[in-house]
Amino acid sequence: MGRNPVTWLGSPTFPSAARAALADTQLRGNLAHATGTIRTKRAAVVSELPDWERLRLAGEAIKDDVLANLDTHLTRLEAAVTARGGVVHWARDAAEANEIVLGLVRAAEASEVVKVKSMATAEIGLNEALAAGGVSAVETDLAELIVQLGDDRPSHILVPAIHRNRAEIRDIFRATMPGASPSLSDSPADLAEAARAHLRRKFLSAKVAISGANFAVADTGSVVVVESEGNGRMCLTLPRTLITVMGLEKVVPTWRDLEVFLQLLPRSSTAERMNPYTSVWSGVTPGDGPSEFHLVLLDNGRTATLADEVGRQALRCIRCSACLNVCPVYERTGGQAYGSVYPGPIGAILTPQLGAGTDDPSTASLLRSLPFASSLCGACYEVCPVRIDIPEVLVHLRSRSVTEKGPYTPEAVAMAAASWVMTSPSRFRLAQRLLGPLRLLARHGRVRRLPWPASLWTDSRDVPAPPKETFSAWWRRTRGPTSRASSGSRTRSRAPAPGRTAHSALWRRLRGRGTLPNDAGTAPPDTGAPLLGGAFADLVRRVRGGRRG
Amino acid sequence: MADARDVVLGRIRAALADRPTAAPVPRDYDTSRDVQDVVGLFAERAADYRAVVRRVRPRELAEEIDVSLRARGARRMAAPDDLPAWWRIGEVVWSLDEPGHPLSIRALDRSDGVLTGCAVAIAETGTVVLDAGEAQGRRALTLLPDYHLCVVRADQVVGTVPEALARLSPTSPLTFISGPSATSDIELDRVEGVHGPRNLEILIVN
Repeated sequence: MGRNPVTWLGSPTFPSAARAALADTQLRGNLAHATGTIRTKRAAVVSELPDWERLRLAGEAIKDDVLANLDTHLTRLEAAVTARGGVVHWARDAAEANEIVLGLVRAAEASEVVKVKSMATAEIGLNEALAAGGVSAVETDLAELIVQLGDDRPSHILVPAIHRNRAEIRDIFRATMPGASPSLSDSPADLAEAARAHLRRKFLSAKVAISGANFAVADTGSVVVVESEGNGRMCLTLPRTLITVMGLEKVVPTWRDLEVFLQLLPRSSTAERMNPYTSVWSGVTPGDGPSEFHLVLLDNGRTATLADEVGRQALRCIRCSACLNVCPVYERTGGQAYGSVYPGPIGAILTPQLGAGTDDPSTASLLRSLPFASSLCGACYEVCPVRIDIPEVLVHLRSRSVTEKGPYTPEAVAMAAASWVMTSPSRFRLAQRLLGPLRLLARHGRVRRLPWPASLWTDSRDVPAPPKETFSAWWRRTRGPTSRASSGSRTRSRAPAPGRTAHSALWRRLRGRGTLPNDAGTAPPDTGAPLLGGAFADLVRRVRGGRRG
Repeated sequence: MADARDVVLGRIRAALADRPTAAPVPRDYDTSRDVQDVVGLFAERAADYRAVVRRVRPRELAEEIDVSLRARGARRMAAPDDLPAWWRIGEVVWSLDEPGHPLSIRALDRSDGVLTGCAVAIAETGTVVLDAGEAQGRRALTLLPDYHLCVVRADQVVGTVPEALARLSPTSPLTFISGPSATSDIELDRVEGVHGPRNLEILIVN
């Protein structure tokens, strides 16, 4: 299998990309502002619907039915679209889909196509493939246009230019948009107006448009595109030929199912009760819209994902991007660090699955790093409109990554050694005594840097400082059979508070289990979550020393 | 080389070798909701998305259309050919889009606005839905002019999205419109006015 462009060639692994992104304060400011805005708005429109949780359950169940009977639904969709004058194509992978689309564009004798924002076509690198075939693709979604004009990469599923603020967008437009006024202001209304003027001519003269699909109804052949700006309507109605590229999993069984998704999607995605425009069409309608309609059904790793009993739930995704907006890791690193058109929590489980089987070693190590790009805080699962248990899939893919790396990596050896030490009380006590002096390296109760090979651990994590006295030592001193202080006395009335304090502190810590780079500042807001391994070290510390003060 | 269709369908069947069974879809969400004043809610929600909304009496509809067109300063209006003739009022040049003689893209682009009816309106979301049926015309008609004046009858307003879908034909070309065209692409904040009509005005007749 060739390279699957779901990732960008030459992208570094997540930790190295994240390090660079975190150093970009402008980026972090832009992201914090944008995700903060959308989180508040989403919460407000979701709370308006008393049946939100029931809608989520319905959405989950519909998508599970789609996946369990995918072959049946797709053949029914094919029949319905064909019956209404559309042409259905099947593509095994990115290369085949690109070839089909290029062939159709050539047959329509077009050298330029207008495009509605589509994750599927971004995933397969369609624009690059068309360019190689001599066809220029014009992105008409405002954010996609910003990315295209800025020769940039997308960083969000819904708003690919979320990493740019208004002043940066103004500068990109001034520099690259033909006809843009040098005095263009940075007010969003003026920027939108500039995009309108720039694209109007393209819309009115385009022969071919390319879109994705949010849903396609197997029963009726109705294809649905949900959008805001009207660029979608332009593309879907004005050109003679319309080509829609759709992931296999976008099919829904019945018309009625849309009543669930047309409520879940807008509120989750742009935090609106309804997005400005939703277009629905089936096949070709004489006298209204394109006279030729092609639907390309894209596999590109989806069937391989479907084969994984835990991982297949990622295919329920309706690309709303709510999980990105709530993710503490995404909010700080931005989307480009994920090296893929699918960033954020959903990207961390979708990209490694869609791209699995790559024969490029650097892509493989990027894919292996993605499931670790999370604190497992679970916010993504909570907001997911189709209830994808992203943390569950992350853990599942992590274990796959670890298995793939084999038993002789430094990490695996260290873990095996730790396990050997910790399964024996005497070895554990010895280790406690040996590690006690680490306290001398600590500042503010944390050890930030250790020499190699422990630096492999502390590169991305803090180690809590070992306490002066461990819990078991304290126990022996104050309560144990050899302790003079408690000899003969078994009453509980004098039990000191530290034990109980330590217990509740430990409980709080364990609830916030997770793995986080320490310098990312990615702790979920309500806990000071330590790392998975850190949680263990913390546990040791708590058990040994209780909490001081 | 094997046919892509057969290969993909074969892959799907192989992937489902564990025969997952899907639970029946729980449809216990609200298909309708108890709303005191559906038309009032529609007016409020549509206005919330920056549509201009006015409630008018049936007898005064023509006059009110005239009022809107004057306020807008529209001189050239487009309309579907089955628009009630008495709606085409005022000192305005009306161009009719006829199935046999559709208006050119250029003519639509140059018109000051378009007047249509609608198929259904959804109160909870402030949405009007066009289905290319009576008094609505083809999709391009309501897309290119910068001003869309839409007449909604009170009996066309339903409470919820499920109620609206139940009234619509899935094979008609449908356009759901919630406010004027907008974007959230700059700092995830909604700004009205991009490629679609930048001005949506709704006259609710009851």
